[in-house]
Amino acid sequence: MQWEVVIGLETHVQLKTRTKIFSGASIAFGMEPNTQADAVSTALPGVLPVLNREAVQCAIRFGLAINAEIGRRSVFSRKNYFYPDLPKGYQISQFELPVVGRGRVAVQVPSTSSGQAYEKVINITRAHLEEDAGKSLHADFHGMTGIDLNRAGTPLLEIVTEPDMRSAAEAVAYARQLHELVQWIDICDGNMQEGSFRCDVNVSVRKLGSDKLGTRREIKNLNSFKFMQQAIEYETRWQIETLEDGGSIHQATVLFNPDTGETRAMRSKEEANDYRYFPDPDLLPLEILDTDIEAVRANMPELPLAMKARFEQEYGLPAHDASSVTASRGMANYFVAAVSALGGTHSKDAAKLIANWVMGAVAAKLNEEGRDITASPVSSQQLAGLLGRILDQTISGKMAKEVFEAMWAGEGTADAIIEQRGLKQVSDIGAIEAIVDGVLAANAGMVAEYRAGKEKAFNGLVGQCMKASRGQANPAQVNDILKQKLAG
Amino acid sequence: MINSSLKQIAAALAAKKISSVELTQGFLDRINRLNPEINAFVTTDAGRSLAQAANADALIARGEVGPLTGIPVAQKDIFCARGWRTTCGSKMLANFTAPYDAHIISQFDAAGAVNLGKTNMDEFAMGSSNETSYFGPVQNPWDRSRVPGGSSGGSAAALAARLAPAATGTDTGGSIRQPASLCGLSGLKPTYGVCSRYGMIAFASSLDQAGPMAKSAEDLALLLNVMAGFDARDSTSLQREKEDYSRRLNQPLTGLRIGLPQEYFAAGLDAGVAEVVMEAINQYRKLGAEIVDISLPNTRLSIPVYYVLAPAEASSNLSRYDGVRYGHRAADYTDLSEMYCKTRAEGFGAEVKRRILVGTYVLSAGYYDAYYLKAQQLRRLIAQDFKQAFSQCDVIMGPAAPGTAFKTGEKTDDPVAMYLEDIYTIAVNLAGLPGMSLPAGFSNGLPVGLQIIGNYFDEARMLNIGHAYQQVTDWHTRMPEGL
Repeated sequence: MQWEVVIGLETHVQLKTRTKIFSGASIAFGMEPNTQADAVSTALPGVLPVLNREAVQCAIRFGLAINAEIGRRSVFSRKNYFYPDLPKGYQISQFELPVVGRGRVAVQVPSTSSGQAYEKVINITRAHLEEDAGKSLHADFHGMTGIDLNRAGTPLLEIVTEPDMRSAAEAVAYARQLHELVQWIDICDGNMQEGSFRCDVNVSVRKLGSDKLGTRREIKNLNSFKFMQQAIEYETRWQIETLEDGGSIHQATVLFNPDTGETRAMRSKEEANDYRYFPDPDLLPLEILDTDIEAVRANMPELPLAMKARFEQEYGLPAHDASSVTASRGMANYFVAAVSALGGTHSKDAAKLIANWVMGAVAAKLNEEGRDITASPVSSQQLAGLLGRILDQTISGKMAKEVFEAMWAGEGTADAIIEQRGLKQVSDIGAIEAIVDGVLAANAGMVAEYRAGKEKAFNGLVGQCMKASRGQANPAQVNDILKQKLAG
Repeated sequence: MINSSLKQIAAALAAKKISSVELTQGFLDRINRLNPEINAFVTTDAGRSLAQAANADALIARGEVGPLTGIPVAQKDIFCARGWRTTCGSKMLANFTAPYDAHIISQFDAAGAVNLGKTNMDEFAMGSSNETSYFGPVQNPWDRSRVPGGSSGGSAAALAARLAPAATGTDTGGSIRQPASLCGLSGLKPTYGVCSRYGMIAFASSLDQAGPMAKSAEDLALLLNVMAGFDARDSTSLQREKEDYSRRLNQPLTGLRIGLPQEYFAAGLDAGVAEVVMEAINQYRKLGAEIVDISLPNTRLSIPVYYVLAPAEASSNLSRYDGVRYGHRAADYTDLSEMYCKTRAEGFGAEVKRRILVGTYVLSAGYYDAYYLKAQQLRRLIAQDFKQAFSQCDVIMGPAAPGTAFKTGEKTDDPVAMYLEDIYTIAVNLAGLPGMSLPAGFSNGLPVGLQIIGNYFDEARMLNIGHAYQQVTDWHTRMPEGL
């Protein structure tokens, strides 16, 4: 039997506002428990919520970035349930009328052993504003539970997709793309360890070709892409095996245990709360005017897709290169700064060379060390300094690799390292002729082989010349001169 | 000074005939003497009150005098006041000391007024007799075996017994106007959004509105001048230019069109009350007003609509009283669920529980559309009735309550009879309109209130209408004997 997995995501994105969504309390992370909890955060009798304008602007920003309809009139509702870290006994969220309506995100799904890379469009159902709850602390309270309300009231944008994804790879690619996008438009710090970006994944399976959705289970609170991949793969296998064994799937909320790599049901939906949503009478409906939207649009950074198209156009970059250097805002900033240091748009060769290096050597080192490009030891300026020496033929591409390694290790600028190590390429014809003559004289055997028709001997002679010059001879010139001399 | 108007008291203070400390002490002495029986105040704090009075005296000495400087005001115990126990009439908050000031409290502080103490009220403002208070029922000073009305029954009794010269109340379905009517006082519920709800403990957020209670319309205007105004901390507070509610007090009433809704004079209205109200309306005719018959056809829906919407909002507003952070917490429990259940079972009284249950029910999946949503639609129809009526008249008049003060305990076992107490007041809250009750006479020795309903933001005109009546009648100066 062939099975198909169907996946939809709900992502909680913590917004980068200065204060909470309904009060002036700070949202700083990692402070002493309850030091960021004001009267509103602790839900004292008589306090009232006041909507944070900045949070709304973040939501509009996101809506514009995914070409979504902005809800001109959206409504805050109360989601009622009791929990000790939910101080009011209800969460203020948006239910029927969200601030962001339907939109779309184009996702690059990377190649795998079983398939090519491809692009897929994921439809966004909606995105709505809501407040976060506090935290229950179960350790060190002698059998009691501690409550920390610092996080209570932190603004979240919950982004909900259609069930459009058909593999763990697609889901992870979407999540990664969304993660980059929210940082690109500067509405979220993207810090997954601190919970700034958390995903709930709805997974169901069905027979391939069926147009009916299977019963879904929701994997809660995934805060790493690696765990997301593992959790979806496990959950998919589990559901298929259950069905193939004649069992059935019940709607449930499940948690992923990274230690065992398994998902386990937390509570079944049947016994879930009736949240008794109703419009919050303390908050008037939120009306967003054209002028509000235009004000946000005026401050939008150039979006990745637009930037990619521009790079193809202005620098003649191949589509793949343009995608790679716009994969994150940090990457794009790095690339743009390097291009501008190397003479801006005038030099298409330079842009291509920079793209090659950013995707190649730089990406490899960053990957190896698990660093983000914003923390690269070789700055975009420094990289431009190095690549400038390739373009003006001071050093060969091969030597540049050596210089780059030294720069990465913190030994200084490209020029300083080239100077210090004596790596300057020799392009003086007289000097190269002298080297070639010496090599020909010392390797009569190889010369004879070449003349007898053994083409391979030529490469050997080139190698000897490069060795004699300690790698500094311009390889193209060595080639030319050697050919002339052998022919002569 | 106990029967003086606020203007007269202010003049005496300004002329240094009496100090604010003396005045405050005088009222505190009356409270000490009479409150043990009347039970109008749940908390007094002579130290704090007298310190405020001393500050006011210093202001007066420097000549920095406003209309309320040095005047003691009784505050309904629904307003958080920093350092004061703030109970909302509930065991749940019996030991809660507010760490911050409600907007209304800071407004009075800024005006130099003295907080005389916190007045008794129905628990979480749910009630029409002040019998649901955890701190016990309040006596009506006109007949101590009867209720003062509610939920602002403590403020009403305090004023009627002349334990305070001015007081605040809140009105969700009639909680200022009905006790004003039953205790022979003037009380005004402003247009929804005129007074900030910040720091006023929520019952039903879309209906709750603070307002002044006093002897006369003239006093109400002075109090409203302090209470009204935009507050950014309440998203439903209206951003309007500050107005002087006293500015129109002395305008003539010639040409005033008074609408009498036929539904307010139908079955259910006590004959004695009807007679007093009609006599008051006659008085207005003499003052130059014209009487117009109008209809508010959806009046009969206002009680069912209110008893869906108000409990729905209340069930959610009262969820925060869970014993986790402040207020009452059960002493013994074995797990979280038991802590919640016991805490709330012990902390809330029967009427509050009844409304939480009703509210939870009408918001539940499967019932929401039939109850909550339907009630919201009807609420718009009720507001539409008033809009229609105000195309024919300037103000609407009728009774504030269907009868006079009833006996303590008389209606406690019959919630529906109790709910009908607010039959003439509730629609005003549903529409968000301003409403006022004025003392208009007596029936069998008990006070009767005349209700005046105005169009949105017409408070200054309504106070003018009230003041004109009080220039030609003396009901508002009457006080119970033997106090």
